[in-house]
Amino acid sequence: MNTEIIGIVVTYCITILLAIPLGRYIAKVFAGEKVWTDFLKPFERLIYRLSGIDPTEEMSWKGHMKAMLTISSLWLIYAFFALIFQDKLPLNPDHNPGQTPDLAFNTAISFLVNCNVQDYSGESGVTYFTQLFVLMFLHFVSAASAIAAMMVVYKGMKEKSVTTLGNFWNYFVKSITRFLLPGAILVAVILVFNGTPASYKGKDTIITMQGDTTQVSRGPAAAMIAIKHLGTNGGGWFGANSAHPFECPNYLTYMLEMIAQVVIPIALIFALGFYIKNKKFAYVIFAVMTIGMFMFLIPTLQAEIKGNPAISHMGISPSNTAMEGKEVRFGVPATAYWSTVTTIISTGSANGAHDSYMPMTTAMQLMAMMVNCFYGGCGAGFLNYYIFIIIAVFISGLMVGRTPEFMGHKVEAKEMKIASIAALLHPFLILSFTALASYILVYHPDIHWAFQPKNWLGNPGYHGFSEMLYQNTSVAANNGSAMGGLTANNVFWNVTTGIILLFSRFIPIIGPVAIAGIMAQKKFIPESAGTLKTDTGTFGLMTWAVIIIIAALAFFPALALGPLAEFFSMK
Amino acid sequence: MKKYLLPSIRLTGVLMVLLCIIYPLFIAAIAKMAPGGGDGVTVSYKGKVVGYENLGQAFKNDRYFQPRPSAVGYNAAGSGASNKGPTNPDYLKSVQAAIDTFVVHNPGINKADIPAELVTASGSGLDPDISPEGAKIQVKRVAALRHISEQDLMKLVDEHTEKPLLGLFGPSKVNVLKLNIALDEMKNN
Repeated sequence: MNTEIIGIVVTYCITILLAIPLGRYIAKVFAGEKVWTDFLKPFERLIYRLSGIDPTEEMSWKGHMKAMLTISSLWLIYAFFALIFQDKLPLNPDHNPGQTPDLAFNTAISFLVNCNVQDYSGESGVTYFTQLFVLMFLHFVSAASAIAAMMVVYKGMKEKSVTTLGNFWNYFVKSITRFLLPGAILVAVILVFNGTPASYKGKDTIITMQGDTTQVSRGPAAAMIAIKHLGTNGGGWFGANSAHPFECPNYLTYMLEMIAQVVIPIALIFALGFYIKNKKFAYVIFAVMTIGMFMFLIPTLQAEIKGNPAISHMGISPSNTAMEGKEVRFGVPATAYWSTVTTIISTGSANGAHDSYMPMTTAMQLMAMMVNCFYGGCGAGFLNYYIFIIIAVFISGLMVGRTPEFMGHKVEAKEMKIASIAALLHPFLILSFTALASYILVYHPDIHWAFQPKNWLGNPGYHGFSEMLYQNTSVAANNGSAMGGLTANNVFWNVTTGIILLFSRFIPIIGPVAIAGIMAQKKFIPESAGTLKTDTGTFGLMTWAVIIIIAALAFFPALALGPLAEFFSMK
Repeated sequence: MKKYLLPSIRLTGVLMVLLCIIYPLFIAAIAKMAPGGGDGVTVSYKGKVVGYENLGQAFKNDRYFQPRPSAVGYNAAGSGASNKGPTNPDYLKSVQAAIDTFVVHNPGINKADIPAELVTASGSGLDPDISPEGAKIQVKRVAALRHISEQDLMKLVDEHTEKPLLGLFGPSKVNVLKLNIALDEMKNN
């Protein structure tokens, strides 16, 4: 047990130690200061020239969003058709079939929006071509476009009074060339030396020791697994995701993938401090987020290490009874830690079967995704947090009777309206679609076009409800992990979650960018004795309280029906 | 929107060459230097490939150390978990049945020593490892069936126990395939 706990602690400490210099580096990259990777400049110029882009052209916040939406629509259409016709495209050594339109709709959106919920299984549902040219491509660009949007907000916070906020393509391309791609190469190289395949040869057929003929799925997986973590995407090469021994072969790769998925979200917070030259502001945010993470991590570790009492009662060894769905090379504590990290940030890659975790763990995973901003996904995590900062500024301003100001700009009705819509959309989508699914399950259990709802759930009772709640929460948080017992590959789930995905990606990006853009245009008010300070512990606590009230309590009734009810029913 | 369409198309094309062709081919080229050449590390016995080091496989015969239960029957072309919830009554019955079966096949062991991983399915259905305790509890059975001394087998398990990373991080484990090959080789000597 001890080495297992030390493993987690050291993994987290290494992450922080790497995130600080990485944050400083990222801030310098985007501020245009000198960094050691400047030798890539000619290469970037080549990309711009081939694409017909002027990276110095200044854009307003609307220009940024138009660029992002245009290129995103393009990717969506491309991904949809590539997945449908993948059986006719090259690089399909395993002869996998094309996807159905509803599955392709879901998969295309899911990867476009950095969610990566997978209603198919990697070994049989996609080809090498679509894995590389659609899914892995979207791993890179969805992370980069969210980071670009986040940079617009950072720039808006930094500037005093401007109408333009840099160039979208510049932020976007630099995210890829300066850290996502170099980082991915580093991670992928370590992975291949630990046994992850990077092979174009297709399935292998072997005869095992006891004489069974078995096929072994392989593929150029290492490249994809590296960026799936760095870009907080989570969509893996194999069906079992990082529980698959090829996808995460040993404890070293566990630590590597664990660090890779959370280091950029944390570094981006530190980057904010360096970029706007107010480190204290970033440290307060980091502290709030870290406290938030431990709020979810500690009950998770407790529940998983304690194990499943129902199995303990059967008279076997009482340690590690929660091994269902977990792998021996990771062990219980490391798998539990992964489950917390993958849900607070929006990776959603899994190194175990989330459906088989303890009810308290499920509750913590759900709350982590409902809050969706403790560290959060690449770029998107801070954008969600920014909404809560705006609300906290407004509420604290009203409490002390001052005009709410943030970074030298007034927060007025228009910004508050946008922030409220963005904050309330998340619970609205999750709860209303879970209600719809529950209604159909109960009142129309036999409709044939939706795979007969009565067969949806993999487990009975409260746990079955948790499966539906989890699916909707995961897509709304653009997380992508799933409780695998739910039969999600049918028209109903593919289409409803596809709709949630679209809304819950683009509104939470456009909202903060709009607020930052509108505020940056306002007159700059220099700090005075009457200014509400936002880089203090008090304000951090205030933001934390706003997050808990809006993001966590709204979901309490739903949590009570699912994981909490199951928790209290356990003997 | 129109203004951004053409740059979007061209940038997508350029990035596709970089990210989807050059990058994975570069990784595949480097992987040629890695063990297994990037095609996965295989394990051979008597000159024939019998499996992949990292992928578990089924051993139904009691003369071998048995791996963990697999929800997909160790199908290496379709990994998966059981996805059974911790309070599911059917699931708990199946765990109870697995314990009973294990006790029948391993006479003389102490039930309270059975580690849970031997009666629960893994996350991938391809878990190549069991814990040292999971191997040691099977020693009595394997030793009796193969007429080998229990002491020698315990030594074999110890030799095949992989310690935590750097002796500090993570759990100890035993690769079942490698252990069973060593077991067969032991008999041949």
